[in-house]
Amino acid sequence: MAKKYELNEVEVWDGNMAAAHALRQAEVDILAAYPITPSTPIVQNYSKFLADGYVDGEFIMVESEHSAMSGCVAASAAGVRAATATSSQGFALMVEVLYQASGMRLPIVLTVVNRALAAPLNVNGDHSDMYLGRDAGWINLCSYNPQEAYDLTLMAFKIGEDLNVRLPVMVHQDGFICSHTAQNVRPLQDEEAREFIGEYKPVNSMLDVANPVTHGVQTEEDWHFEHKARQHNDLMNSFGTIKDVFAEFKDRTGREYDLVYTYKMDDADVAIFALGTTVESARIAADQMREKGVKAGVISLRVLRPFPFKEIQEALSNVKAVAAMDRSAPGGTFGALFNEISAALLTAGKRPVVLNYIYGLGGRDTTITMLKEVYEDLDKCAKAGEPVVPLQQFLGLRGPKLSFY
Amino acid sequence: MLEIRWHSRAGQGAVTGAKGLADVVANTGKYVQAFAFYGSAKRGAAMTAYNRVDDQPILNHEKFMRPDYVLVIDPGLTYTADITANEKEDTKYIITTHLSKEELVKSQPKLEGKEVYVVDCMQISLDTIGRAIPNTPMLGALMKVSGMFELDYFKDAMKKVLSKFPQKIIDANMAAIERAYNEVH
Repeated sequence: MAKKYELNEVEVWDGNMAAAHALRQAEVDILAAYPITPSTPIVQNYSKFLADGYVDGEFIMVESEHSAMSGCVAASAAGVRAATATSSQGFALMVEVLYQASGMRLPIVLTVVNRALAAPLNVNGDHSDMYLGRDAGWINLCSYNPQEAYDLTLMAFKIGEDLNVRLPVMVHQDGFICSHTAQNVRPLQDEEAREFIGEYKPVNSMLDVANPVTHGVQTEEDWHFEHKARQHNDLMNSFGTIKDVFAEFKDRTGREYDLVYTYKMDDADVAIFALGTTVESARIAADQMREKGVKAGVISLRVLRPFPFKEIQEALSNVKAVAAMDRSAPGGTFGALFNEISAALLTAGKRPVVLNYIYGLGGRDTTITMLKEVYEDLDKCAKAGEPVVPLQQFLGLRGPKLSFY
Repeated sequence: MLEIRWHSRAGQGAVTGAKGLADVVANTGKYVQAFAFYGSAKRGAAMTAYNRVDDQPILNHEKFMRPDYVLVIDPGLTYTADITANEKEDTKYIITTHLSKEELVKSQPKLEGKEVYVVDCMQISLDTIGRAIPNTPMLGALMKVSGMFELDYFKDAMKKVLSKFPQKIIDANMAAIERAYNEVH
């Protein structure tokens, strides 16, 4: 029986330590991992918890991230709770198995510490890995600080393992800016966390030899389409469970989560739409713009997948101009957030100005000054009622300005 | 918001120092942030670490900072690192050196006219801890210069932060903090 870990009411944890404690408290049965910067300390801290007697489960050291996720798939199919952590190139190597995990309906939890993809090699934070996996059929939860990385990791188990969902869940946090930045975190005590997540409920367990099942079978044109349609259907319908889990978490902790995050959006004329730590920095920029008379707001996704289409339409129903901030190289088109927000607005019959900013690649600092420049652009467009700046700009780039359209 | 920038070499304990300070401050009910700039730098490379302290939750995630305090824990960095970068008019400098304040400012003219404090954290850590780990003495010096906490309160709080270490190491760190507190000027 694992020892109880003595926790203070307020701990000073970075995002990695926060995620490691959440994995420990979730009483994961199998954690298979191949560490990679900047998520290494999640696995490192977890293995220390295990060595010190705070973990009952098994820790499997594997030879690659492909094997790490394969180990999780095997453990989950066998009928136990499984989780791992990764970043960047490791995430890229996992991609093949990410689709296996979701297709086999295995509620694995993956804590992703977001980092740029090479080349050029870079260990710092951007959302290239998050974007790489967004069509993999996983639920994607997004955090903006260490407290949220902790909270959402706990909630990920409860959401994915719900019998109406049974899908794997990723929890994203920004590399270094969140993962290596220590801030105040209010953890649950071990028994509270255990009670909240609940016992693991095996479904179609391979080790249930009295009820033999097959996992990962081949289906050709006869059934493949129906399997993928059902998977999409259940992912689209997981909003209800996600909201229920958010509500139960609020009852226990007072900390409130919603599908879409908004700050001062009720009367906002202009809005920054971002992901990750930039969401919180943008709040400071929005407040400073409001002092100058610009009604600025901030909006973000708490749940990237399934995409909260209706809620985005509602939250943006009165804005005059919105900036979609994509922290990933778009590879020859607009950023993904720009495309998805534009689709939501167009189908709602709304035509605010939508601008696209590519920013923060490879950990490039995103300053309050830069975010205020975005609001200044938006303010000009809102007043003109049409785009008066290029639709796609690169923010914080050295050298001559780069823009398109 | 109080903002602090540490100049250190990787391995000298600036990250541990910044996190230790954050732990102590968080116990008083304030909000804290402790972070560092990482690259693929190895032990001995110049690096910076940062603290933010506020009465409100800290939302600012920019790395850019105009520091209230600059803490230099390696003597050589006064000359090789840009320790006055993004300074404010009233930025205070606490610098590890064996030189007197006058000798230091003469040797590094860009400190001329600034509020500079000196303390020999290297010698203090060698004498007390037995290794060149100048982070805890620097915290003692910061307490004296900033008046953030009384010496006894800070020492008690640091004892809790260091509680997983053997008593001998805790005692050595307490001696280092106290000596730096008394010697910084």
